[in-house]
Amino acid sequence: MLACQDLKIEFDRKPVLKGVTLTFPPRRISAIIGPSGCGKSTLLRAFNRMHDLTPGAQVTGSVTLNGHEIYRGSEDPVLIRRRIGMVFQKANPFPTLSIYENTISGLRLSGVRNRAVLQEAAEKALVDAALWDEVKDRLKSNPMSLSGGQQQRLCIARALAVDPEVLLMDEPCSALDPIATSKIEELMFRLRERLIVVIVTHNMQQAARASDRTAFLWMGELVEEGETEAIFTSPKKAMTEDYITGRFG
Amino acid sequence: MNRSHQWRKIQGRSMEAVCLLAAVLAVIPLFAFLWHLVAMGAGAFSMALFTKLPLPPGELGGGLRNAIFGSLLVVGTATVVGIPIGIGAAVFMTEFARPATTSLLRFACDVLSGVPSIVMGLLAYQVVVRPMHHFSAISGSVALAFIMLPVVVITTQEMLRLVPHSLREAGHALGIPAWRIASSISLRAAAPGILTGAILSMSRIAGETAPMLFTSFGNPFMSTDPRAPIATLPHTIFTYAISPYDDWHRLAWGGALILVLGILGATLLSRCILWWHQRSLHS
Repeated sequence: MLACQDLKIEFDRKPVLKGVTLTFPPRRISAIIGPSGCGKSTLLRAFNRMHDLTPGAQVTGSVTLNGHEIYRGSEDPVLIRRRIGMVFQKANPFPTLSIYENTISGLRLSGVRNRAVLQEAAEKALVDAALWDEVKDRLKSNPMSLSGGQQQRLCIARALAVDPEVLLMDEPCSALDPIATSKIEELMFRLRERLIVVIVTHNMQQAARASDRTAFLWMGELVEEGETEAIFTSPKKAMTEDYITGRFG
Repeated sequence: MNRSHQWRKIQGRSMEAVCLLAAVLAVIPLFAFLWHLVAMGAGAFSMALFTKLPLPPGELGGGLRNAIFGSLLVVGTATVVGIPIGIGAAVFMTEFARPATTSLLRFACDVLSGVPSIVMGLLAYQVVVRPMHHFSAISGSVALAFIMLPVVVITTQEMLRLVPHSLREAGHALGIPAWRIASSISLRAAAPGILTGAILSMSRIAGETAPMLFTSFGNPFMSTDPRAPIATLPHTIFTYAISPYDDWHRLAWGGALILVLGILGATLLSRCILWWHQRSLHS
């Protein structure tokens, strides 16, 4: 279970997230929706302490993974990020590494040297990311030779190879065509069996068809959250209804 | 209407002609200089130029073996010291330091790169020659390393800045330690550009003359001792060019040709590295 309690985030004293409390249960895909600038990516990036890298970012409140506070001073953000993986809006494979090296980069650059272990992890991650059949004959090729959707699945494979408990996805399909998008969504359904999946999306159709739970954020505050079906068929707040019916945002 | 159209066309054409003329004028010095250099230096170009030592005035012939070796030694030592320190400093500035520290260091490098080379020679004189009580190849290397350092830092920093931030972010999100992200992701992605900058900074210091006057000092004999004075190509060209002997003038032209061909080769090599790298990325 991933949870945040009264999470507040400021950039250079400007509040962006104003106290959000949410839980993300295991074996569920949770979507975070909301208009541009509502703080949904900011929220997502708090879960693996990416804001530690941004000068001027101030995070208060609590984020727990299975009951353990990840913002405690003694927790090493590097180790936390190995348990909570992330996929970005734009596919960002390492252009100087081959497809194979990209897949195992998280392990190898963290000190894993055993070749058999690395090879096994690479194949497993690529199979899990539904990319194995497409790249097994060109593992040594440059990842830039792959299509956009394949690159994004390579980034997912790279995140899975570290064997995380949570996968955070920040608008992973916004640069992809519908076919590549549906492949990623199928992949999310399979990953749901063993991971907590949190996806940020500004595409409401995607949230409706590919998530179990939905949280609606507006101006840095949580407006409503619940089972996706309930949110999209009988929202409790008028603002949620206005947003999902396309009246603003 | 038709008339104004014609007038506009004439204006356009004449502006184009003026710019073309300016472009031609800009490259004329390069070709004039190359032509002159080859014409004067080709006469001195022979095996003897590379294999023989200079002869006393009055004796014809001889070569620049000592100066060629001296330049290689002095520039090589400066490179071995200057490039790792420069790259290390640039990595610190782009990957680890806080923005304020980076700006301060960058400002220092900008100032340092504007310091005249003779002043850098003076500094090397003060910190190496005076404590040693004599001129030496190593003091020349120190002077050249001082000159090279800000150039390497600035070009490396620019190349590291071109590495997309999203790659570092991807590294952090995978739980890769910061030093590994710097070495295996950022530096690796910027490597061809950094190599190019390093080669260009080497060719820049290879032609420095002023700081050599009171550091490596020059030496008419063959020397391989870094602690002893040593001849270098630019300094030998200077000495021979102001001498009254025709045969020494001839050697000076030959030396100048070697130097320019070396720099030209280095520049071409760096271009090839970049071209080859870009091609490999897009294939």
